[in-house]
Amino acid sequence: MLAYVIRRVFAGVIMLIVMSIVTFALFFASPIDQASFICGKNCSAAQKAQTAAAMGYDDSFANQWVDFAKGVVQGRDYPDDPELRKTAPETIVHCDAPCLGYSRERGDTVTNLIKDTFPVSFSLAISAFVLWIVGGVLLGVTAALKKGTIIDRGLVGLSLVAYAFPTFFVGLVLYKFVAIKWGLTDIPRYTSIAEGGVGGWLSSLTLPAITLAVFFMAAYVRMTRSYVIESFQEDYVRTARSKGLRERTVTFKHALRAALTPIVTMAGLDFAGLMGGAIITESVFNYPGMGKLAVRASSDFDLPTTVGLVVLLAAFVIVANIIVDLLYAVIDPRVRLG
Amino acid sequence: MTIPGSELEIHETETPVEDDSVVSVAGRSPTQLAIARFRADKLSMISFVLSVFIVLCAIAAPILVLLGVLHPNDFHQELLSDDGVAPAGRFGGISWDHPFGVDPGAGRDLLARLMLAITSSLTIALTGTIFTVIIGAVLGIVAGFSGGFVDAVIGRIIDLTLSFPQTLMLLALSGPVVVMIRQDVADFPGFGFFTNPDLANGAFVIVILAAFGWPPVARVVRGQVLSIREREFIEAARLLGASRRRLYFKEVLPNVWAPVLVYVTLLVPAYISAEAAFNFLGVGIKPPTPTLGNILADSVSYTSADPMYFFLPGALLALIVVVFNLVGDGARDALDPKSHR
Repeated sequence: MLAYVIRRVFAGVIMLIVMSIVTFALFFASPIDQASFICGKNCSAAQKAQTAAAMGYDDSFANQWVDFAKGVVQGRDYPDDPELRKTAPETIVHCDAPCLGYSRERGDTVTNLIKDTFPVSFSLAISAFVLWIVGGVLLGVTAALKKGTIIDRGLVGLSLVAYAFPTFFVGLVLYKFVAIKWGLTDIPRYTSIAEGGVGGWLSSLTLPAITLAVFFMAAYVRMTRSYVIESFQEDYVRTARSKGLRERTVTFKHALRAALTPIVTMAGLDFAGLMGGAIITESVFNYPGMGKLAVRASSDFDLPTTVGLVVLLAAFVIVANIIVDLLYAVIDPRVRLG
Repeated sequence: MTIPGSELEIHETETPVEDDSVVSVAGRSPTQLAIARFRADKLSMISFVLSVFIVLCAIAAPILVLLGVLHPNDFHQELLSDDGVAPAGRFGGISWDHPFGVDPGAGRDLLARLMLAITSSLTIALTGTIFTVIIGAVLGIVAGFSGGFVDAVIGRIIDLTLSFPQTLMLLALSGPVVVMIRQDVADFPGFGFFTNPDLANGAFVIVILAAFGWPPVARVVRGQVLSIREREFIEAARLLGASRRRLYFKEVLPNVWAPVLVYVTLLVPAYISAEAAFNFLGVGIKPPTPTLGNILADSVSYTSADPMYFFLPGALLALIVVVFNLVGDGARDALDPKSHR
């Protein structure tokens, strides 16, 4: 088990390195000149070269990546100029490890920007996650147990329709109509626990969490249903029944346990993806999370923030993959890690 | 480590294999059985007929515009109410001339715009699906058939691709890549049409969809190939000296089309919806060329003045997605008799 974990973590780190190199290569090849962006339109060639040197953009692709990787491990200074450090230390921004870069547009380190926005995205992700897992799995199991009845058909039909509406449409209906036009709820505005207490925090998350959860819930109802139905046809369920176990034990201990394993996998990965910000939902409700940060970063061509976010989100997904595989072994007795 | 099939190269110059001499047996092929099962399912058949109708609409729209029947870009300020924004009359200005009403601010015929929007959205979704499936199928076949090192490398590429945050990459790359398509790609002889902003923006959406969409297809195909490659007819083809390309595309590919087809029918609606979401984020084909996404994105500014302009395209988009999904579900059930629903 421990050997497996170590091997997976090692593979994950390698994956992250490769992935950050690919990201750098993609953005490095971009025809947009970063230095001229930072120093503005009326910038002389000399000024531009100076800016590029200060930010490290004149360096080769490999060196820039090495600087980035070093920053993640040990932190770095912006601009990294020994001369300047002696003459004007106050102009230098130090970025502690893990340093993901420095955003000129925001005038802050990417790590700080992420620290500010992460709680919003995480709150949104966790509240939507609870909604969709509880709702999706319960309804899915209900549909499977009532297979063929009107309840089953209704649930499957509803989830099909819910699945068809794009997230931004659901969000806009909730925001522009339910909250603003019809005034059924307060106009959603993100409130942290520190500002509004747990109650204020939860109620500020209601509409965006529903928006985010609808799509996933629809998918999970259908998925859970088909896994549970499939699981009831397995031999071990027949064995359990012929042993004379009560139907309740057969359902919950044998059929559902096996059926839920793939759902744990999916849920873990979906949650990891959302933790890095639900770009569309945050845009609709104008919530200051990582998704919104990403939107602003790409509209401002704020490359350091974008690269930092991409690498961080990939790290989330890679870590989630490892955790999910370990959970798999705990839930499903058939799985042996080797 | 031996890679299965590596001994084939030696025989490559030998006579080509004739494998079309399959004796036709009375009875029904698996394909005919699947079609019969599909036809027996009412819901699938209804959605199939509807999806054909949608596709016909998409094909007809540009022709009707050329013939002068539809006028998607004619402004009708006189049909707007006094504030010059919302259409005059009930439900977004519905009338005999404009059965779906007109759009706010400009007074253009909404029916014409929506029909053309279906054309552009479907074109993007279908082209994206084709590229996704080609990349996924080729890599899946190569991975499944080669096994060993090649399989491991493709497996890692799949993991890598899946770890990228797709929406974020879409946003971040849209500026530079669209510029690249319009300048650098358009410089190649024969690609000059990419200077057209609609084609460049559409191409970018297709590139993103395909670049991040292929891994599941590759996984499904690889799984199929793993079971097929041990079958006797592959062994036979190999002994007859079939080249590797022949094995991949003539022997294996025809046997994996069923799961690929199911994937295609489910990818198209997913991509239609993705195109709309991309437009909401400001990426993709820009107005005045209509797509379902950019009409919806535009309608956001008019939700209180003209709710019809928001709900109608939204409902149409959902209808199209539901219909295509139902066809996909039906195809899956028909092709896989083991699936119990």
